[in-house]
Amino acid sequence: MQELEQILAEHPFFAGFESAHRHLVAGCARNHRFDAGRYLFREGESADEFFLIRHGRVALEIASPGHASIVIATLGAGDIVGASWLVSPYRWNFDARALEVTRAIGIDASCLRCKCDVDHDLGYAMMTRFLPILVNRLHATRLQLLDVYGKR
Amino acid sequence: MSTENAKVVELISPFTPRRYRVEHVQRELSDTVTLTLAPVDGARPAFVPGQFNMLYAFGVGEAAISISAGGAGNGAFVHTVREVGAVSGAIARLGVGAMLGLRGPFGVGWPFLSAVGGDVVIVAGGLGLAPLRPVIHAILSDRNRYNRIAVLFGTRSPVELLYRHELESWRQRLDVEVEVTVDHADAQWHGHVGVVPSLIARAGFDPQRATAFVCGPEIMMRFTVGALRDAGVAAQRIYLSMERNMKCAIGLCGHCQFGSAFVCKDGPVMRLDAVADILAVREV
Repeated sequence: MQELEQILAEHPFFAGFESAHRHLVAGCARNHRFDAGRYLFREGESADEFFLIRHGRVALEIASPGHASIVIATLGAGDIVGASWLVSPYRWNFDARALEVTRAIGIDASCLRCKCDVDHDLGYAMMTRFLPILVNRLHATRLQLLDVYGKR
Repeated sequence: MSTENAKVVELISPFTPRRYRVEHVQRELSDTVTLTLAPVDGARPAFVPGQFNMLYAFGVGEAAISISAGGAGNGAFVHTVREVGAVSGAIARLGVGAMLGLRGPFGVGWPFLSAVGGDVVIVAGGLGLAPLRPVIHAILSDRNRYNRIAVLFGTRSPVELLYRHELESWRQRLDVEVEVTVDHADAQWHGHVGVVPSLIARAGFDPQRATAFVCGPEIMMRFTVGALRDAGVAAQRIYLSMERNMKCAIGLCGHCQFGSAFVCKDGPVMRLDAVADILAVREV
Protein backbone atom coordinates (compact mmCIF):
# COMPACT_ATOMS: atom_id res chain seq x y z
CA MET A 1 0.00 0.00 0.00
CA GLN A 2 2.86 2.33 0.93
CA GLU A 3 4.50 1.55 -2.39
CA LEU A 4 1.26 2.17 -4.31
CA GLU A 5 0.83 5.50 -2.56
CA GLN A 6 4.33 6.46 -3.62
CA ILE A 7 3.63 5.44 -7.21
CA LEU A 8 0.42 7.47 -7.19
CA ALA A 9 2.29 10.47 -5.79
CA GLU A 10 4.69 10.31 -8.71
CA HIS A 11 1.97 10.09 -11.36
CA PRO A 12 1.15 13.46 -13.02
CA PHE A 13 -2.56 12.95 -12.38
CA PHE A 14 -2.01 13.18 -8.63
CA ALA A 15 0.36 16.14 -8.66
CA GLY A 16 -0.63 18.38 -5.73
CA PHE A 17 -3.17 15.88 -4.43
CA GLU A 18 -3.61 15.94 -0.65
CA SER A 19 -1.80 13.03 0.94
CA ALA A 20 -4.88 12.02 2.96
CA HIS A 21 -6.89 11.79 -0.26
CA ARG A 22 -4.08 9.95 -1.98
CA HIS A 23 -4.11 7.47 0.88
CA LEU A 24 -7.83 6.90 0.33
CA VAL A 25 -7.31 6.35 -3.40
CA ALA A 26 -4.40 4.00 -2.78
CA GLY A 27 -6.79 1.82 -0.82
CA CYS A 28 -8.65 1.19 -4.09
CA ALA A 29 -5.50 0.68 -6.21
CA ARG A 30 -3.59 -2.29 -7.51
CA ASN A 31 -0.74 -2.91 -9.91
CA HIS A 32 -1.28 -4.20 -13.44
CA ARG A 33 0.92 -5.43 -16.25
CA PHE A 34 -0.58 -5.88 -19.70
CA ASP A 35 1.33 -7.66 -22.44
CA ALA A 36 1.17 -6.24 -25.94
CA GLY A 37 -2.18 -7.05 -27.50
CA ARG A 38 -3.98 -7.63 -24.24
CA TYR A 39 -7.16 -5.69 -23.60
CA LEU A 40 -7.49 -3.51 -20.52
CA PHE A 41 -11.24 -3.49 -21.11
CA ARG A 42 -13.76 -3.97 -23.88
CA GLU A 43 -16.72 -1.94 -25.07
CA GLY A 44 -19.93 -2.77 -23.22
CA GLU A 45 -18.22 -4.28 -20.20
CA SER A 46 -18.81 -2.87 -16.77
CA ALA A 47 -16.49 0.08 -16.10
CA ASP A 48 -15.36 -1.13 -12.72
CA GLU A 49 -11.74 0.04 -12.88
CA PHE A 50 -9.77 2.84 -14.53
CA PHE A 51 -6.03 2.99 -15.18
CA LEU A 52 -3.11 5.31 -14.69
CA ILE A 53 -0.44 4.37 -17.22
CA ARG A 54 3.06 4.21 -15.79
CA HIS A 55 4.90 2.78 -18.80
CA GLY A 56 3.78 1.62 -22.22
CA ARG A 57 1.10 2.60 -24.70
CA VAL A 58 -2.60 1.87 -24.99
CA ALA A 59 -4.91 2.25 -28.00
CA LEU A 60 -8.56 3.23 -27.63
CA GLU A 61 -10.45 1.39 -30.34
CA ILE A 62 -13.91 0.95 -31.74
CA ALA A 63 -14.66 -2.49 -33.15
CA SER A 64 -16.24 -2.49 -36.58
CA PRO A 65 -17.83 -5.78 -37.66
CA GLY A 66 -16.18 -7.15 -40.76
CA HIS A 67 -13.37 -4.62 -40.57
CA ALA A 68 -10.25 -4.01 -38.54
CA SER A 69 -10.80 -2.07 -35.33
CA ILE A 70 -10.58 1.71 -35.68
CA VAL A 71 -8.02 3.30 -33.40
CA ILE A 72 -9.31 6.67 -32.23
CA ALA A 73 -6.50 7.63 -29.85
CA THR A 74 -3.34 6.32 -28.28
CA LEU A 75 -2.36 7.04 -24.70
CA GLY A 76 0.99 6.77 -22.99
CA ALA A 77 2.88 7.16 -19.74
CA GLY A 78 1.26 9.74 -17.49
CA ASP A 79 -2.15 9.37 -19.14
CA ILE A 80 -5.43 8.10 -17.70
CA VAL A 81 -7.32 5.32 -19.45
CA GLY A 82 -11.06 5.26 -18.89
CA ALA A 83 -13.67 7.79 -17.82
CA SER A 84 -16.85 5.71 -18.09
CA TRP A 85 -16.51 4.74 -14.42
CA LEU A 86 -17.62 8.33 -13.63
CA VAL A 87 -20.96 8.25 -15.36
CA SER A 88 -23.87 5.86 -14.88
CA PRO A 89 -24.49 3.18 -16.17
CA TYR A 90 -20.69 2.68 -15.87
CA ARG A 91 -20.08 0.79 -19.12
CA TRP A 92 -17.03 1.17 -21.39
CA ASN A 93 -17.67 2.92 -24.68
CA PHE A 94 -14.44 1.73 -26.32
CA ASP A 95 -11.97 -1.10 -26.29
CA ALA A 96 -8.60 -0.35 -24.70
CA ARG A 97 -5.71 -2.50 -25.97
CA ALA A 98 -2.08 -2.49 -24.88
CA LEU A 99 0.15 -1.78 -27.90
CA GLU A 100 3.26 -2.78 -26.00
CA VAL A 101 4.03 -4.08 -22.53
CA THR A 102 2.15 -1.63 -20.34
CA ARG A 103 2.38 -1.11 -16.60
CA ALA A 104 -0.50 0.67 -14.95
CA ILE A 105 -2.19 1.31 -11.66
CA GLY A 106 -5.82 0.21 -11.70
CA ILE A 107 -8.25 2.03 -9.43
CA ASP A 108 -11.33 0.06 -8.36
CA ALA A 109 -14.20 2.27 -9.50
CA SER A 110 -16.93 1.23 -7.08
CA CYS A 111 -14.48 1.48 -4.17
CA LEU A 112 -13.52 5.01 -5.20
CA ARG A 113 -17.10 6.06 -5.97
CA CYS A 114 -18.10 5.02 -2.44
CA LYS A 115 -15.24 7.00 -0.92
CA CYS A 116 -16.12 10.05 -3.04
CA ASP A 117 -19.75 9.82 -1.87
CA VAL A 118 -18.60 9.81 1.74
CA ASP A 119 -15.89 12.45 1.33
CA HIS A 120 -17.07 15.12 -1.08
CA ASP A 121 -13.71 16.90 -0.92
CA LEU A 122 -12.15 13.78 -2.38
CA GLY A 123 -14.88 13.65 -5.02
CA TYR A 124 -14.26 17.31 -5.88
CA ALA A 125 -10.51 16.72 -6.11
CA MET A 126 -11.06 13.79 -8.47
CA MET A 127 -13.49 15.79 -10.62
CA THR A 128 -11.16 18.78 -10.91
CA ARG A 129 -8.53 16.40 -12.27
CA PHE A 130 -10.76 14.40 -14.57
CA LEU A 131 -12.65 17.28 -16.14
CA PRO A 132 -9.63 18.91 -17.83
CA ILE A 133 -8.68 15.51 -19.24
CA LEU A 134 -12.17 15.01 -20.64
CA VAL A 135 -12.30 18.54 -22.05
CA ASN A 136 -8.86 18.18 -23.65
CA ARG A 137 -9.90 14.91 -25.26
CA LEU A 138 -13.10 16.49 -26.52
CA HIS A 139 -11.06 19.34 -28.03
CA ALA A 140 -8.64 16.86 -29.58
CA THR A 141 -11.52 14.86 -31.06
CA ARG A 142 -13.01 18.00 -32.56
CA LEU A 143 -9.66 18.90 -34.07
CA GLN A 144 -9.44 15.41 -35.58
CA LEU A 145 -12.94 15.83 -37.01
CA LEU A 146 -11.95 19.14 -38.60
CA ASP A 147 -9.45 17.31 -40.80
CA VAL A 148 -7.13 20.30 -40.59
CA TYR A 149 -4.25 18.78 -42.51
CA GLY A 150 -6.22 18.20 -45.71
CA LYS A 151 -6.85 20.50 -48.65
CA ARG A 152 -8.14 23.90 -47.60
CA MET B 1 16.21 52.33 -71.75
CA SER B 2 19.65 51.11 -72.76
CA THR B 3 20.38 47.39 -72.85
CA GLU B 4 22.72 47.77 -69.89
CA ASN B 5 20.10 49.62 -67.85
CA ALA B 6 17.48 47.04 -68.73
CA LYS B 7 19.80 44.31 -67.47
CA VAL B 8 20.32 46.15 -64.17
CA VAL B 9 16.58 46.67 -63.72
CA GLU B 10 15.98 43.02 -64.48
CA LEU B 11 18.59 41.95 -61.93
CA ILE B 12 17.24 44.03 -59.09
CA SER B 13 13.53 43.87 -59.75
CA PRO B 14 11.80 41.54 -57.33
CA PHE B 15 8.95 41.33 -59.81
CA THR B 16 11.00 39.69 -62.52
CA PRO B 17 10.76 35.91 -62.50
CA ARG B 18 13.89 33.96 -63.37
CA ARG B 19 13.61 30.86 -65.43
CA TYR B 20 14.06 27.52 -63.69
CA ARG B 21 13.89 24.05 -65.14
CA VAL B 22 12.27 21.11 -63.42
CA GLU B 23 15.16 18.77 -62.83
CA HIS B 24 13.46 16.08 -60.79
CA VAL B 25 9.95 15.21 -59.73
CA GLN B 26 9.27 13.13 -56.63
CA ARG B 27 5.69 12.04 -56.05
CA GLU B 28 5.14 12.36 -52.29
CA LEU B 29 1.39 11.85 -51.91
CA SER B 30 -1.52 11.45 -54.29
CA ASP B 31 -1.84 15.24 -54.56
CA THR B 32 1.65 16.36 -53.56
CA VAL B 33 4.97 16.40 -55.40
CA THR B 34 8.47 17.61 -54.64
CA LEU B 35 10.13 19.48 -57.49
CA THR B 36 13.84 20.11 -57.81
CA LEU B 37 14.27 23.35 -59.76
CA ALA B 38 17.58 24.25 -61.39
CA PRO B 39 18.32 27.83 -62.47
CA VAL B 40 18.57 28.40 -66.20
CA ASP B 41 19.96 31.94 -66.04
CA GLY B 42 22.91 32.11 -63.67
CA ALA B 43 23.34 30.88 -60.15
CA ARG B 44 20.66 30.23 -57.57
CA PRO B 45 20.50 32.91 -54.85
CA ALA B 46 21.21 31.95 -51.25
CA PHE B 47 18.27 31.24 -48.97
CA VAL B 48 17.54 30.92 -45.28
CA PRO B 49 15.43 27.95 -44.05
CA GLY B 50 11.86 29.16 -43.69
CA GLN B 51 11.88 31.50 -46.69
CA PHE B 52 9.63 31.03 -49.72
CA ASN B 53 9.70 31.58 -53.47
CA MET B 54 7.00 32.75 -55.81
CA LEU B 55 6.63 30.02 -58.44
CA TYR B 56 5.07 31.06 -61.71
CA ALA B 57 3.36 28.53 -63.95
CA PHE B 58 3.56 30.34 -67.28
CA GLY B 59 0.17 31.43 -68.46
CA VAL B 60 -1.59 30.31 -65.31
CA GLY B 61 -0.30 32.35 -62.41
CA GLU B 62 1.95 32.61 -59.39
CA ALA B 63 1.88 30.99 -55.95
CA ALA B 64 4.00 31.34 -52.84
CA ILE B 65 5.68 28.02 -52.05
CA SER B 66 8.05 27.40 -49.16
CA ILE B 67 11.55 26.21 -49.88
CA SER B 68 11.73 22.65 -48.61
CA ALA B 69 15.45 22.13 -49.24
CA GLY B 70 18.40 23.37 -51.24
CA GLY B 71 19.47 21.08 -54.06
CA ALA B 72 22.48 18.95 -53.22
CA GLY B 73 25.39 21.01 -54.49
CA ASN B 74 23.85 21.86 -57.86
CA GLY B 75 22.36 25.26 -57.07
CA ALA B 76 18.78 24.06 -57.17
CA PHE B 77 15.75 24.87 -55.06
CA VAL B 78 13.50 22.11 -53.78
CA HIS B 79 9.79 22.82 -53.36
CA THR B 80 7.00 20.55 -52.17
CA VAL B 81 3.71 21.48 -53.79
CA ARG B 82 0.20 20.29 -53.03
CA GLU B 83 -2.51 20.68 -55.65
CA VAL B 84 -5.06 22.94 -54.02
CA GLY B 85 -5.95 25.26 -56.88
CA ALA B 86 -5.30 26.15 -60.51
CA VAL B 87 -1.78 27.51 -60.00
CA SER B 88 -0.50 24.92 -57.55
CA GLY B 89 -2.15 22.23 -59.69
CA ALA B 90 -0.37 23.49 -62.82
CA ILE B 91 2.97 23.58 -60.97
CA ALA B 92 2.45 20.15 -59.44
CA ARG B 93 1.74 18.66 -62.87
CA LEU B 94 4.99 19.91 -64.43
CA GLY B 95 7.25 17.17 -65.69
CA VAL B 96 11.02 16.89 -65.83
CA GLY B 97 12.42 19.43 -68.29
CA ALA B 98 9.47 21.81 -67.99
CA MET B 99 10.18 25.48 -67.35
CA LEU B 100 8.66 27.79 -64.78
CA GLY B 101 9.34 31.25 -63.40
CA LEU B 102 10.69 31.86 -59.92
CA ARG B 103 10.98 34.99 -57.84
CA GLY B 104 12.71 34.96 -54.49
CA PRO B 105 13.68 33.95 -51.96
CA PHE B 106 11.45 36.16 -49.86
CA GLY B 107 10.62 36.63 -46.21
CA VAL B 108 12.16 35.97 -42.84
CA GLY B 109 13.38 32.47 -42.00
CA TRP B 110 13.62 30.38 -38.85
CA PRO B 111 15.99 31.94 -36.28
CA PHE B 112 17.58 28.60 -35.50
CA LEU B 113 20.87 30.12 -34.41
CA SER B 114 19.02 31.68 -31.46
CA ALA B 115 18.38 28.12 -30.26
CA VAL B 116 22.08 27.19 -30.11
CA GLY B 117 22.94 25.70 -26.72
CA GLY B 118 19.33 24.91 -25.88
CA ASP B 119 16.64 22.39 -26.74
CA VAL B 120 14.69 22.57 -29.99
CA VAL B 121 11.09 21.47 -30.46
CA ILE B 122 9.87 21.30 -34.05
CA VAL B 123 6.14 20.78 -34.48
CA ALA B 124 4.73 20.23 -37.96
CA GLY B 125 1.24 19.57 -39.23
CA GLY B 126 0.61 18.08 -42.66
CA LEU B 127 2.40 19.97 -45.42
CA GLY B 128 3.82 22.23 -42.69
CA LEU B 129 6.70 19.80 -42.52
CA ALA B 130 7.98 21.20 -45.85
CA PRO B 131 9.01 24.67 -44.60
CA LEU B 132 10.49 23.04 -41.50
CA ARG B 133 12.55 20.50 -43.39
CA PRO B 134 15.44 22.87 -44.23
CA VAL B 135 15.71 23.98 -40.61
CA ILE B 136 15.80 20.33 -39.52
CA HIS B 137 18.58 19.76 -42.08
CA ALA B 138 20.46 22.81 -40.79
CA ILE B 139 20.19 21.79 -37.14
CA LEU B 140 21.09 18.16 -37.79
CA SER B 141 24.10 19.17 -39.86
CA ASP B 142 25.31 21.16 -36.88
CA ARG B 143 23.94 18.79 -34.25
CA ASN B 144 26.58 19.36 -31.57
CA ARG B 145 25.56 22.97 -31.05
CA TYR B 146 22.12 22.02 -29.77
CA ASN B 147 20.94 20.08 -26.76
CA ARG B 148 17.84 17.89 -27.11
CA ILE B 149 15.89 17.96 -30.37
CA ALA B 150 12.31 16.80 -30.75
CA VAL B 151 10.54 16.61 -34.10
CA LEU B 152 6.78 16.14 -33.69
CA PHE B 153 4.71 15.59 -36.81
CA GLY B 154 0.98 15.18 -37.18
CA THR B 155 -0.89 14.26 -40.30
CA ARG B 156 -4.28 12.99 -41.38
CA SER B 157 -3.54 9.31 -41.94
CA PRO B 158 -0.58 6.98 -42.55
CA VAL B 159 -0.90 7.33 -46.34
CA GLU B 160 -0.50 11.11 -45.96
CA LEU B 161 2.95 10.83 -44.38
CA LEU B 162 5.20 13.37 -46.05
CA TYR B 163 8.92 12.56 -46.49
CA ARG B 164 8.28 9.09 -45.10
CA HIS B 165 11.82 7.79 -45.73
CA GLU B 166 13.45 10.90 -44.36
CA LEU B 167 11.33 10.74 -41.21
CA GLU B 168 12.44 7.15 -40.81
CA SER B 169 16.10 8.09 -41.20
CA TRP B 170 15.73 10.86 -38.60
CA ARG B 171 13.96 8.43 -36.30
CA GLN B 172 16.85 5.99 -36.52
CA ARG B 173 19.26 8.58 -35.19
CA LEU B 174 19.81 8.35 -31.46
CA ASP B 175 20.28 12.09 -31.06
CA VAL B 176 16.82 13.16 -32.26
CA GLU B 177 13.39 12.32 -30.85
CA VAL B 178 10.94 11.88 -33.70
CA GLU B 179 7.27 11.28 -32.96
CA VAL B 180 4.59 10.97 -35.61
CA THR B 181 0.87 10.93 -34.96
CA VAL B 182 -2.10 10.51 -37.27
CA ASP B 183 -5.73 11.53 -36.89
CA HIS B 184 -7.04 8.35 -38.45
CA ALA B 185 -5.17 5.06 -38.31
CA ASP B 186 -5.41 1.87 -40.29
CA ALA B 187 -4.64 -1.62 -39.05
CA GLN B 188 -1.01 -1.41 -40.20
CA TRP B 189 -0.27 1.73 -38.19
CA HIS B 190 1.51 1.09 -34.91
CA GLY B 191 2.31 4.68 -33.99
CA HIS B 192 0.43 7.39 -32.15
CA VAL B 193 -3.16 8.31 -32.94
CA GLY B 194 -4.37 11.75 -31.96
CA VAL B 195 -3.64 15.40 -32.61
CA VAL B 196 -0.07 16.64 -32.70
CA PRO B 197 -0.34 19.00 -29.66
CA SER B 198 -0.89 15.89 -27.52
CA LEU B 199 2.71 14.83 -28.24
CA ILE B 200 4.18 17.95 -26.66
CA ALA B 201 3.62 16.96 -23.04
CA ARG B 202 5.33 13.61 -23.72
CA ALA B 203 8.30 14.97 -25.66
CA GLY B 204 11.63 15.12 -23.90
CA PHE B 205 12.71 18.75 -23.69
CA ASP B 206 13.35 21.36 -21.06
CA PRO B 207 10.71 24.08 -21.51
CA GLN B 208 12.90 26.65 -19.78
CA ARG B 209 15.60 26.37 -22.43
CA ALA B 210 13.64 25.22 -25.45
CA THR B 211 12.95 27.07 -28.67
CA ALA B 212 9.94 25.90 -30.66
CA PHE B 213 9.39 26.12 -34.41
CA VAL B 214 5.83 25.42 -35.51
CA CYS B 215 4.26 25.16 -38.96
CA GLY B 216 0.94 23.83 -40.14
CA PRO B 217 -2.63 24.97 -40.60
CA GLU B 218 -3.32 27.99 -38.37
CA ILE B 219 -5.88 26.14 -36.30
CA MET B 220 -3.33 23.41 -35.57
CA MET B 221 -0.77 26.08 -34.65
CA ARG B 222 -3.21 27.71 -32.21
CA PHE B 223 -3.66 24.43 -30.34
CA THR B 224 0.05 23.68 -30.53
CA VAL B 225 0.94 27.06 -29.11
CA GLY B 226 -1.47 26.41 -26.24
CA ALA B 227 0.22 23.10 -25.46
CA LEU B 228 3.70 24.64 -25.68
CA ARG B 229 2.67 27.47 -23.34
CA ASP B 230 1.07 24.95 -20.95
CA ALA B 231 4.35 23.03 -20.96
CA GLY B 232 6.17 26.21 -19.94
CA VAL B 233 7.78 27.43 -23.17
CA ALA B 234 7.98 31.24 -23.23
CA ALA B 235 6.13 33.08 -26.00
CA GLN B 236 9.42 34.76 -26.92
CA ARG B 237 10.84 31.37 -27.84
CA ILE B 238 7.95 30.11 -29.97
CA TYR B 239 8.07 30.82 -33.71
CA LEU B 240 5.30 30.18 -36.21
CA SER B 241 5.32 30.15 -39.99
CA MET B 242 2.15 31.87 -41.08
CA GLU B 243 0.34 30.77 -44.21
CA ARG B 244 -1.37 33.70 -45.83
CA ASN B 245 -2.25 34.54 -49.41
CA MET B 246 0.86 36.26 -50.73
CA LYS B 247 0.90 38.10 -54.02
CA CYS B 248 3.69 40.65 -54.47
CA ALA B 249 5.95 39.04 -51.81
CA ILE B 250 7.57 42.35 -50.84
CA GLY B 251 4.91 44.03 -48.68
CA LEU B 252 3.39 46.31 -51.30
CA CYS B 253 0.07 44.82 -52.34
CA GLY B 254 -1.38 44.15 -48.90
CA HIS B 255 -2.79 40.72 -49.74
CA CYS B 256 -1.07 39.10 -46.80
CA GLN B 257 -1.55 41.89 -44.27
CA PHE B 258 -1.69 40.45 -40.78
CA GLY B 259 -2.48 43.22 -38.33
CA SER B 260 0.24 45.80 -38.79
CA ALA B 261 2.60 43.30 -40.42
CA PHE B 262 2.86 41.78 -43.86
CA VAL B 263 3.41 38.04 -43.76
CA CYS B 264 5.50 38.08 -46.96
CA LYS B 265 7.92 40.72 -45.70
CA ASP B 266 7.80 40.50 -41.90
CA GLY B 267 7.23 36.75 -41.95
CA PRO B 268 6.34 34.09 -42.83
CA VAL B 269 8.20 33.14 -39.64
CA MET B 270 6.87 35.25 -36.78
CA ARG B 271 7.52 35.20 -33.07
CA LEU B 272 4.49 34.26 -31.01
CA ASP B 273 4.55 37.28 -28.71
CA ALA B 274 4.47 39.53 -31.78
CA VAL B 275 1.34 37.93 -33.21
CA ALA B 276 -0.41 36.35 -30.22
CA ASP B 277 -2.99 39.14 -29.90
CA ILE B 278 -4.18 38.77 -33.47
CA LEU B 279 -3.66 35.05 -33.93
CA ALA B 280 -7.22 34.23 -32.98
CA VAL B 281 -8.84 37.37 -34.39
CA ARG B 282 -11.27 36.62 -37.18
CA GLU B 283 -10.97 38.32 -40.56
CA VAL B 284 -7.37 39.41 -39.99
